[in-house]
Amino acid sequence: MTARCMATAAALVFTLIGHAWAAGLADAPPGALSCSGCHPPARMAGAAVPPLTGRNAADIVEAMAAFKSGQRPATVMNLVAKGFSDDEVKAIAAWYGAQKD
Amino acid sequence: MTAKRTSRREFLKAAAAGAAMLPLPAIAQGGSARVVVIGGGFGGATCARFIKRIDPRITVTLVEANTTFTACPFSNTVIVGLRDLKAQEFGYDKLRADQIALAFSPANAIDPQARTVTLGNGTRLDYDRLVLSPGIDIRWDALPGYTEAAAERMPHAWKAGEQTLLLRRQLEAMEDGGTVVISAPANPFRCPPGPYERASLIAYYLKTKKPKSKLIILDAKDAFSKQRLFQAAWKALYPNLEWISLSNGGKVTSVDVGAMTLVTDFARHKADVANVIPPQKAARIAETAGVADRTGWCPIDPATFESKLQPNIHVVADASIAGAMPKSAFSANAQAKVCAAAVARLVRGEKPEEARLINTCYSLVAPDYGILVAGVYRPADGQIKEIEGSGGVSPLDAPSSTRALEATFANAWFKTITTEVFG
Repeated sequence: MTARCMATAAALVFTLIGHAWAAGLADAPPGALSCSGCHPPARMAGAAVPPLTGRNAADIVEAMAAFKSGQRPATVMNLVAKGFSDDEVKAIAAWYGAQKD
Repeated sequence: MTAKRTSRREFLKAAAAGAAMLPLPAIAQGGSARVVVIGGGFGGATCARFIKRIDPRITVTLVEANTTFTACPFSNTVIVGLRDLKAQEFGYDKLRADQIALAFSPANAIDPQARTVTLGNGTRLDYDRLVLSPGIDIRWDALPGYTEAAAERMPHAWKAGEQTLLLRRQLEAMEDGGTVVISAPANPFRCPPGPYERASLIAYYLKTKKPKSKLIILDAKDAFSKQRLFQAAWKALYPNLEWISLSNGGKVTSVDVGAMTLVTDFARHKADVANVIPPQKAARIAETAGVADRTGWCPIDPATFESKLQPNIHVVADASIAGAMPKSAFSANAQAKVCAAAVARLVRGEKPEEARLINTCYSLVAPDYGILVAGVYRPADGQIKEIEGSGGVSPLDAPSSTRALEATFANAWFKTITTEVFG
């Protein structure tokens, strides 16, 4: 394998890896990227606001439903949850569940 | 969504297979896309980062005049000595590590036909898509007597930095028993609850350090953001704070710097410290680019933030006309992400996704007393509209534990958003 071929192969691998990761952000459902204005990445766990990345999607869906109905008391999530349909919440929860920071 | 994702994967697989034989045809085409972002604040730095993260093949250049960004949110706590200005300052090293090219020079000219940006240092940058997040400029022609020289005596402190420190020094130097006057502008302007948070925190400072002093807000409006919450808190905490609305003659029509006086149609208000928050407009480069309209702000397509006046130029954050969204750092960050996703698709010739945006905005009435406004938004009828039933403000009746919790959330928000944008 020539140096040039290796460089091409390396570039290809880099591009594919880059894409596997980038596809995550590129496929973020509507509204999902706004959440990280308050919700920190998983490496900042322990902050006042819990991370969403890597969380169980069903837990996020359940929490959002409880915020929306008022069953779970909140200061801000009650206001935000009312802006999303159940399907939109499911898509956002599934996407965050699959992210790794 | 699922179908779209599969077809995208198949496309990538096919492109990769092709790339094994020929040097990256489809990918290379996208890879040649050049995006220039002007303005390294919450909007611009977010946009540059997210474009690069969404599609690393895009060449992203961030143009910014300063090597250090000084954040406005929380700068009111700097004014009253609760925080150092240092805590507001952020650099761009992490953006450089993300392979974003940094050009530390002001953008002087934009040619929308040739699609070029010329910088103060003479560099010319070509772009396929340009994103403007230039922030605001003061309208120096809007308030008689309020010139750039006047701002050295009567600081606006509406761009964080030296002006913030100037207002702080003036408050510190003021004798107990003095009068602080704040002039608040008509809508729209950067950070709608900002003047009232500032008034609250200055009143807190006076109450604890200079209790014989008083504070007057002269307002060009009859209503403002989080009004009932602010007014309830003022009534409970700050009897020396007086708000004079537009209807009660609060609109400042000129200032007399020599006499340290703010003039309304009905009275002259002598101040020991005067903070004039003047009328504003999109920063000058927006006008130069031909993306600002008669209002001084920039009309945009709400799905992509592309200018309605010039193709291939997007405008986000404070400079844009973003409908129901306030000019806040959170809005800037949320808009920049929608814009980044749209730009990454547009340079590939793809259709942008549907947009949903959130804003949350905390204000501190006292160090341990936070209040909030939040909203969820989407494009509708060519504008950004709030989704019905969503959003609102903190409850009017809440125990002090809730106010303290919201102050904690406010601090956590600042840490999180500045980490996402600059960390």
